[in-house]
Amino acid sequence: MLPVLPSLAIGLADLAAAFLFLYGLKRMSSPVTAPSGISVAGLGMLVAVLASFLYVFGVNPAAHAHLPLNLSLAAIALTVGGGGAWWSGRRVAMTAMPQMVALYNGLGGGAAGAIGAVELYGRETKGGTQLLVTLLGALIGAVSLSGSLIAWAKLQGVLPKPLRFKGQHILNAAVVLVTLAGGAYLVLGPHAHFAPLLAEPALITWFFGAALICGILLTLPIGGADMPVVISIYNACTGLAVGLEGFVLQNPALMIAGMVVGAAGLLLTMLMAKAMNRSVGHVLFTNFGATPKGKHGAIKGTLRPTAAGDAGIFMRYAASVIIVPGYGLAVAQGQGKLYDFVKLLQAAGVGVKFAVHPVAGRMPGQMDVLLAEAGVPYDLIFQLEDINDEFKTTDVALVIGANDVVNPSARTDKSSPIFGMPILNADQAKHVYVVKRGEGKGYAGIVNPLFYAPNCNMVYGDAQAVMVEMIEAVRGLGTAAAAA
Amino acid sequence: METSIIVTGFVALYLFMLAAFAGWVIIGGVPAILHTPLMSGSNFVHGIVVVGGMFALLNAGNGIERTFGFVAVLLGAGNAAGGFAVTHRMLAMFQTSAHPPKRAGAKSKAHRAQPAKAAAKSG
Repeated sequence: MLPVLPSLAIGLADLAAAFLFLYGLKRMSSPVTAPSGISVAGLGMLVAVLASFLYVFGVNPAAHAHLPLNLSLAAIALTVGGGGAWWSGRRVAMTAMPQMVALYNGLGGGAAGAIGAVELYGRETKGGTQLLVTLLGALIGAVSLSGSLIAWAKLQGVLPKPLRFKGQHILNAAVVLVTLAGGAYLVLGPHAHFAPLLAEPALITWFFGAALICGILLTLPIGGADMPVVISIYNACTGLAVGLEGFVLQNPALMIAGMVVGAAGLLLTMLMAKAMNRSVGHVLFTNFGATPKGKHGAIKGTLRPTAAGDAGIFMRYAASVIIVPGYGLAVAQGQGKLYDFVKLLQAAGVGVKFAVHPVAGRMPGQMDVLLAEAGVPYDLIFQLEDINDEFKTTDVALVIGANDVVNPSARTDKSSPIFGMPILNADQAKHVYVVKRGEGKGYAGIVNPLFYAPNCNMVYGDAQAVMVEMIEAVRGLGTAAAAA
Repeated sequence: METSIIVTGFVALYLFMLAAFAGWVIIGGVPAILHTPLMSGSNFVHGIVVVGGMFALLNAGNGIERTFGFVAVLLGAGNAAGGFAVTHRMLAMFQTSAHPPKRAGAKSKAHRAQPAKAAAKSG
């Protein structure tokens, strides 16, 4: 038992942390206050972690002799884990953000699972509820760990995209059932006096193993475009696992922070899935784009390649331009040059707006971050529902490195895997320029009839190189033209 | 003075319910532009699990408990520090055209904020 004073200090620190988390998250939900929001939440974390050292005043008798060892291990773990993640987090490219979030999320899930393991392996018998909650938290945490790692590997390109085989659903269901049965046996076994199949520690090990395999198997078949939703689901899962382990440890700060993230993550998941016109169940249990239909061969029209300079000059004399940026732009690191080009157009009196699809990039909202990184003010950036009607009255839609989010088959072609997904109506603009590396298909591997439309021209090349050419062409017009 | 905390049964359920509701409402009004930072930010918040790991590790009485406690603190600290680092970096980039001076130096701004973050790292 903790003495009064440290116990009081920890209680107050955790209370403060819980408040700061909620207040910080609230501030994070508006672009104006968001930067201070993360600092507020960070302060909460700092307070809680520092206070956690006060646990040394009340360690249980068995651990008393090992206190110096445990304390130095804690210091090492904090330094190595925190320092390493800090180092990588400071350095990761903004384009690699989704897999980084997946990785950090996996770490959190693993931590929750490890706490569950401490409780399960080292426990003196506790009540059934306690045990059930521990197992549930450990299960969700372990699934979140291995699932997030698979998501990371896929986004990083370490793993081939979707892995599917016959009978996969049956195998997955079987492994889930085995895991749940193992958990149920651990809870009920001691009460029902079952003949022990295995010694309990071995059973616990099997339980964790099965849970980890669950996460791997559930994530392997999910591919490409659905990965952000998966990361968001695992984010919510980790939150839930942390909340449940918080209950086991009787720590309300963990319970509240975990459950807040669980609910927020669930809502975010649903918002993202809605933006993609996919239900969460669909994402998890059906194979996106698994059945390519033969129909796509019958596209009318031809591709019309054009020179980057010509396209740039055309936009210079347009009245309004809407730019639809996609992940290809970020891959080519062309955002900075794009914004330079936009500033040239603005100086020439062209109205320029950015239209960002909710799932542009590899993660919802990632495109906004990438544009912000290039210095684009966020009041130039418009979301799908706010700008979609404006394409009709716009002279030029400039699509850069985006594909599926402007694919009109989502509106018209019922056989298309993305049918029903809300898209940006770039095809309705008077002229469309598409900047693309080559004639290949998009991330989801679907043919885009927009490219063959009569009002569309293709500009082939690396997005950054193309932007440089456009800038040079417009600058080459000289000041006389710019004044016109 | 009574300082120990006991949260069981229905009290725990009420706590979970209110926390879940709070999370739902807080995120409810968020514009799509902030989805990525917010996912990363909520990812950071569940890094609080490191505190649970600290409790488990400091109370570890045998090798197994110590090993898993160590893993919990290691991973939890990674979750918290990494989550904070990436979220802070992302959010520092958001500016409006109403503040043109800031706009020019997105990168230098991130550097200026470094000392404050270095302080947070020590936790």
